[in-house]
Amino acid sequence: MADGRTNAGTSDNQSERYERDFLLGLYRRMTTIRQFEEGVKFLFLEGVMPGTIHQCQGQEATAVGVCAALRQDDFITSTFRGHGHALAKGLSTQELLNELFGASTGCCKGKGGSMHVGNMSKGMVPGIAIVGGGIPVAAGIALAFKMQNTDRVAACFFGDGAVAEGAFHEGVNMAAIWDLPVVFVCENNLYGASTHVSKVMRDTNIARRASNYGIRGQQVDGNDVLAVYEAAKVAVEECRGGKGPVLLELLTYRLTGHSRRDPCHYQPADEREAWAAADPLVRFARVLKDTGAADDAGLEAVKAEVVRRFDEAVAIAKREPQPTLDDLTTDVFA
Amino acid sequence: MTKRMGIAEALREAIAEEMGRDERVFCIGEDIGVPGGWGGAFTVTLGLEKLYPDRMIDTPIAELGFFGVACGAAMMGMRPIADVQYGDFLLLAADQIVNNIAKMRYMSGGQIKMPLVIRAPLGATGRGSQHAQSLERYFTGVPGLKVVAVCNAFDAKGILKAAVRDDNPVMIFEHKLLYGSKGARAESGAVDATSDIPEGDYTVPLDKAAVRRQGSDVTILGWLLMLHHSLQAADKLAAEGIDAEVIDVRSLSPIDYDTIGESVRKTGRVVIVEEGPKTGGVSAEIAAGIMERCGESLRCPVSRVASADVPVPFTPVLENAYRPDAERVVAAARELVQF
Repeated sequence: MADGRTNAGTSDNQSERYERDFLLGLYRRMTTIRQFEEGVKFLFLEGVMPGTIHQCQGQEATAVGVCAALRQDDFITSTFRGHGHALAKGLSTQELLNELFGASTGCCKGKGGSMHVGNMSKGMVPGIAIVGGGIPVAAGIALAFKMQNTDRVAACFFGDGAVAEGAFHEGVNMAAIWDLPVVFVCENNLYGASTHVSKVMRDTNIARRASNYGIRGQQVDGNDVLAVYEAAKVAVEECRGGKGPVLLELLTYRLTGHSRRDPCHYQPADEREAWAAADPLVRFARVLKDTGAADDAGLEAVKAEVVRRFDEAVAIAKREPQPTLDDLTTDVFA
Repeated sequence: MTKRMGIAEALREAIAEEMGRDERVFCIGEDIGVPGGWGGAFTVTLGLEKLYPDRMIDTPIAELGFFGVACGAAMMGMRPIADVQYGDFLLLAADQIVNNIAKMRYMSGGQIKMPLVIRAPLGATGRGSQHAQSLERYFTGVPGLKVVAVCNAFDAKGILKAAVRDDNPVMIFEHKLLYGSKGARAESGAVDATSDIPEGDYTVPLDKAAVRRQGSDVTILGWLLMLHHSLQAADKLAAEGIDAEVIDVRSLSPIDYDTIGESVRKTGRVVIVEEGPKTGGVSAEIAAGIMERCGESLRCPVSRVASADVPVPFTPVLENAYRPDAERVVAAARELVQF
């Protein structure tokens, strides 16, 4: 592991505490994200999918672990790298694929695209693709929840790169002074695009910044889905109880390029190999087997089912209707 | 029964009434509700924290942040009124306004409503370059954002109420020399923008220009302070036998070309008056819009009276030279009636 990561919280792999269905549900969701990203990458390189893509292979545990701690009526904000967050929050593979194909049946009617996937009825604001831009917005969502006297919570995903933005400081500070129910989830994958965190911050421990805002911060092994889930669960409960906000730093790694066709020459080979060995899917599969929650055949069956559903969804998405030219000028104003 | 009010008081009354009518309405900004404070930079929200202590949200000095907060709250069904102390500070919040607030509905395929009011004071008023700019040019071309400018107290109240009730983001520009000429608001060069405010509820549409003076020889278009200078110019022109029609453009996005076009087809001559540098101004957009829609009715080229292409200067002699005044409007109109 990279520097500064040895103290990261882990789950102790106490998977026995959980129902088997819950654990397999996490695994299925993580597998769904991995398959979605790998499948989309293929479609993109094949040239059948328009636009650009920013993928999250290797970061499945952060999305799934956090969203498993949320209710459907809680909200998340996401970034340009939002496919995993969307699938974890309950958006369907079909509505996402339709969106990526630009179809009128996509989750945003083809007007959002890969960087702006979202579904308000499932608790996800369309991805905010300006780095850091979602941080104050999530604070505002949480402010509304508080003013409306609900116990709903907002979770705000952003990367290590966003921490350098003024929006991080302003948003986290306002959430702190107003005790807002928002969990700030920093997915620290070590690189803002191609730039290593050590080049943009002198102290690379992001969780530690929380104390400067008077809030609780915690560094977590972001490739351990149960550790993420447990940390998120505590943070969400604190927020529901009026003890928010909380800053979680989830240590993880992007196993693919920043965006399309990025060969990642800036990532040292030994670093890549170490993180590939810590692949969250591989690690969680091992936990499931070690604790008897599943065997190889069971996990293979999950994967086969996920692949089959993805392929079916692709076949459908390719036939979905594109918007009509009249749709160009709709949805500007309510 | 009516009550004579200035713009600041009219806005305050409108905000208070809307907050009373709808508990989703709240105010967010800097120094807006501090007990013992000033009610914002220009007293608009003075005392409202006594009526609605939980809905007057004083923020840190963090314009990007609190416009993002307002955006998030609006998406969740609240109806925020976010203000900046000086319009110039909108540039700090521009990412949230342009990239999120204005676009979120479209990007979401129509899932999201963004009922959010943005208030900002403009105008060169003896404060040098950074508390003085005319910002409307930067926001009129942003799809998804409505932009209006209020030049009197009646409109201020009715437009604020209409904006709060609109399910879209509405940016309201106010002018520092029009808030009033009494108390803390007294500013050198302030112009009387008071109105008789009727009792009871009313709104003013967000997409309509207003003919402030009827005339047949030349159409003068202005907004905010320049509307008042245009009316003064029209009086001077009348003394010379030139009958000017003066229109308060008021709705800067969208622009009401029905009202403007009707006047242009009648007079065939147009002067557009804008505070702010001529290059890239809203007046350029209006001139082009007139050309496209009723260019055949023009007897002569459209004339623009605007500021020099320089930052706003401080010293009064230069500031007065910078900002268009009635004399310059008169001169422009006089030239056009030669055609």
